[in-house]
Amino acid sequence: MAVERRTSRRKSRGELFIDCERCKGCGFCVEFCPTQVLAMGEKLNRKGYHTPVIVDLEVCTGCDLCGLYCPDFAIHAVRVKIEAGEAKECDNGG
Amino acid sequence: MKNQHINPVEPYLRMDRMPHIWCPGCGIGIVVNCFVRALNQSGIDPDLVSIISGIGCTGRIAGYLKLDSFHTTHGRPIPFATGLKVARPELKVLVFSGEGDLVSIGGNHLIHAARRNSDIKVFCVNNFTYAMTGGQVGPTAPIHSIATTTPYGSYDRPFNLPFLADSTGAVYVARWTTYHVRQLTRSMVEAINKPGFCFVEIIAPCPTIYQRRNRLGDGLEAMRYYKRYSRVINGANTRMVGLELKGPIIVGKFIDRDRSTLLEAMNEEFSSKLGARYQPYPTGVVR
Ligand code: SF4
Ligand code: SF4
Ligand code: SF4
Repeated sequence: MAVERRTSRRKSRGELFIDCERCKGCGFCVEFCPTQVLAMGEKLNRKGYHTPVIVDLEVCTGCDLCGLYCPDFAIHAVRVKIEAGEAKECDNGG
Repeated sequence: MKNQHINPVEPYLRMDRMPHIWCPGCGIGIVVNCFVRALNQSGIDPDLVSIISGIGCTGRIAGYLKLDSFHTTHGRPIPFATGLKVARPELKVLVFSGEGDLVSIGGNHLIHAARRNSDIKVFCVNNFTYAMTGGQVGPTAPIHSIATTTPYGSYDRPFNLPFLADSTGAVYVARWTTYHVRQLTRSMVEAINKPGFCFVEIIAPCPTIYQRRNRLGDGLEAMRYYKRYSRVINGANTRMVGLELKGPIIVGKFIDRDRSTLLEAMNEEFSSKLGARYQPYPTGVVR
């Protein structure tokens, strides 16, 4: 079967860091992420706050808006370059 | 890179004092986030930055930032900052405090520092109440808003802070909410790099006191409100940007003008009178 190899046009992707124990569950990061990467989780942290969970890391751009909005310094993101060799095949490509 | 795992704010925080005391959904932490990014973008050597705060929830910023800082008595960050700037003109002197501290208790200092164009930058977090002391009515509390000292609603006309700063002579005046993180960061960079008295008002949620007493929901509700009801009007007439309870919020950069700073004006005056006999005092200003 011929597999059509298509590379993503994206030059970068996001890498996300969450420190759940610092989170106070305000929900700012979930609400204002432009690509809806996050959702409020069911689990509680040690202090009893609901913390964000990642629902779709693929669409994270690494814009770090979540980092700017988090009043408790619990989440931040960085933008990492997608190397040429790392280019992803399109999901429906194979 | 390994240190990318560290939150970019962390190198600037006294981590032994974390977690901070700010409530869930409080906006003050967002101000810290924006400031740290602004400091990085401004290219200023952090060793030449001083953070001055007064008393209040926002006043804790001076204690949490791992920069040279001083936590003054209530209402006095501005005179302390002016004194520091005059003694050490090479420093960037930045004031972080709340509206109760800066505008009521320290109101006289604010207007005179603006009038004299003291080369300090004031970041005023406005959450419409004296939060730390239990929710007394503040100088910006909108008419009809509830505070512990105005249980039936406030009837005093509130200060319109950008108008106050503008009319008393500030050279840079902006207002943003904690929803406008990118714009706030940009304004902070501009203020840090601009000689003279710069004033940035930051409207921030106080879910525990102000929001709760006025049934305005939690921090997230406040942030949604800012998103929905803010209008960006750069260069707006500051007379027109007063706030009302449940009214629109006009945000933007309102004033950006140039005039001699306190020390520059002093040098100009003395040089004109004394000529070569006067040796100009360093101003720390590069124009
Ligand atoms: S970095 Fe941007 S896209 Fe990624 S989770 Fe944070 S806000 Fe969303
Ligand atoms: S913004 Fe920060 S404190 Fe608020 S829910 Fe997200 S991670 Fe938690
Ligand atoms: S009382 Fe209000 S201003 Fe103070 S930390 Fe709590 S939410 Fe923030």
